[in-house]
Amino acid sequence: MIAPAPLLPLDRETKLALGLASPAFLILAALFILPLALLLAVSLQGADGLSLAAYAKLLGTPHYLKIIWNSLSLALIVTAISLLIGYPASFAIARAKGHWRSLMLACLFLPLAASVIVKAFAWTILLRSTGIVNQTLLFLGIIDHPIRMIFTETALVVGAVNIFLPFMVLPIFSVVAQFDRRLSEAAATLGANPLQAFLKVTLPVTLPGVIAGVALVFSLSVSAYVVPTLLIGERFPTLASTIAKSYLLTREEAFGAASGVVLLAIAVAVVMLSARFGREGRR
Amino acid sequence: MNRIGLLTAWVMAISACIFLLAPLLVIAAASFSPTPVFDLPTSGASLRWYQRIGTLDGFWPALGLSLQLALVSTLVSLVLGTAAAIAIVRGRLPGAEAFAAALTSPLMMPGLVLGIALLQSFRGIGLSNPWTSLFLAHLVITLPYVARTMIAGMTRFDFTLIEAALTLGCTYRQSVLKVMIPALAPSFLVAGLFSFLASFDNYPVSIFLTDVRSKTLPIKMLQYIEEAPDPTIAALSSLILLGTILLLVLADRFVGLSRMAGTNE
Repeated sequence: MIAPAPLLPLDRETKLALGLASPAFLILAALFILPLALLLAVSLQGADGLSLAAYAKLLGTPHYLKIIWNSLSLALIVTAISLLIGYPASFAIARAKGHWRSLMLACLFLPLAASVIVKAFAWTILLRSTGIVNQTLLFLGIIDHPIRMIFTETALVVGAVNIFLPFMVLPIFSVVAQFDRRLSEAAATLGANPLQAFLKVTLPVTLPGVIAGVALVFSLSVSAYVVPTLLIGERFPTLASTIAKSYLLTREEAFGAASGVVLLAIAVAVVMLSARFGREGRR
Repeated sequence: MNRIGLLTAWVMAISACIFLLAPLLVIAAASFSPTPVFDLPTSGASLRWYQRIGTLDGFWPALGLSLQLALVSTLVSLVLGTAAAIAIVRGRLPGAEAFAAALTSPLMMPGLVLGIALLQSFRGIGLSNPWTSLFLAHLVITLPYVARTMIAGMTRFDFTLIEAALTLGCTYRQSVLKVMIPALAPSFLVAGLFSFLASFDNYPVSIFLTDVRSKTLPIKMLQYIEEAPDPTIAALSSLILLGTILLLVLADRFVGLSRMAGTNE
């Protein structure tokens, strides 16, 4: 950051800055940092004092390890597919001009306005055995009888990618739109083949957007609750559904809190890893 | 970019647009269904589900609560988030970068985890009023959106304009009100829009903080869909979508969607 030229005498300006920042800081401390610390404390609470029982149950039983893997694998697959679609798509949107660009951006913004609940339910209509997807596949002769898609892993992944894709495209687009196309042309003039130009110029320049999109989509999909509830249900328990169940149904709060801490740890680890990867990639 | 790359980019972009719009089209079509099944209409169209929106059990209180929460938390976040962004970008704030990172970090936070953490805390201090707990929770949900957009907006704002206004005889207050606030209007609009939608559509945090009498709209909608999915929900969502289309057209005119997506143009 560039040092600002003082508008007011120095110490008054520091006081002013502290005054401006303090309400937001207090909210952050009281409603975010303290509650998370308390959650950690609750997760360590046993019948008599400090206990790791909740973590032992979560990380020591195959049933719950499978649940953690469900959340992780869903997030990995959804993030990978969103990146494969979103990365090239961002380039086309950045290249589009005028109304075309506005139209494609509207396609990204509009779904954000529809409730996740309603979009997930719309997918149950599209994917049911009499739904459009099955009828199209039948018509094209790809399948000869309707296949069961709803309440399967396929439905879950399709629905989740549909809901989280804008969060991959928007950060990548904002970087790609500022990427100077002449850079890769210069690389070509200097003798790079298209693959080299992409790997040595385009990819490193656009990497910050990719990192931001990956971190965002991963942390959203690893903790998704509504989408799995509506599109696959009890068959595919996740960390998120375990948390909801422990708090809303079984009242095993220490266990729910421990699941929350593990979910949070996964999300934080991925965000920090990707930030680090981004820094190294830029070198 | 070579031809194959460009072709891939266009194919992906167009498929992505169709893919993203598909569920919205289904919702819009189902809302005109003449039969009481939430499905694509096969024969004829009807507006009866639009008339039924208001008669859904507990709909008006839920809509009222969600609108109140979204409006109030967005307004408060706009004021506090903008103040914090000024301090971060412009002021002599010790640890400005760490504070900025902390302020936007709840964006990456699993909603359910925030929900149970707040539930435990509110219970700990004996806060049981659902409106107050929901409002405080929605403040944590909306503040990061505002902070992120306003920090980005302020970074682009040329602060020498304020000095110019001061030289031309404005007071400090006037220069902020007449120069800085209008220049930042697009950022306010974008921050407000995202923050409103984040609060209005929130399910995973709110679910832990409501009681039987005060449920937000998303909680009610999931309940309707699980109990008896009829096209009334589709009609309601179509109206919300229509409102958003109007907002997007306005936003495109006054701000430009490219700029909303975070570019410098």
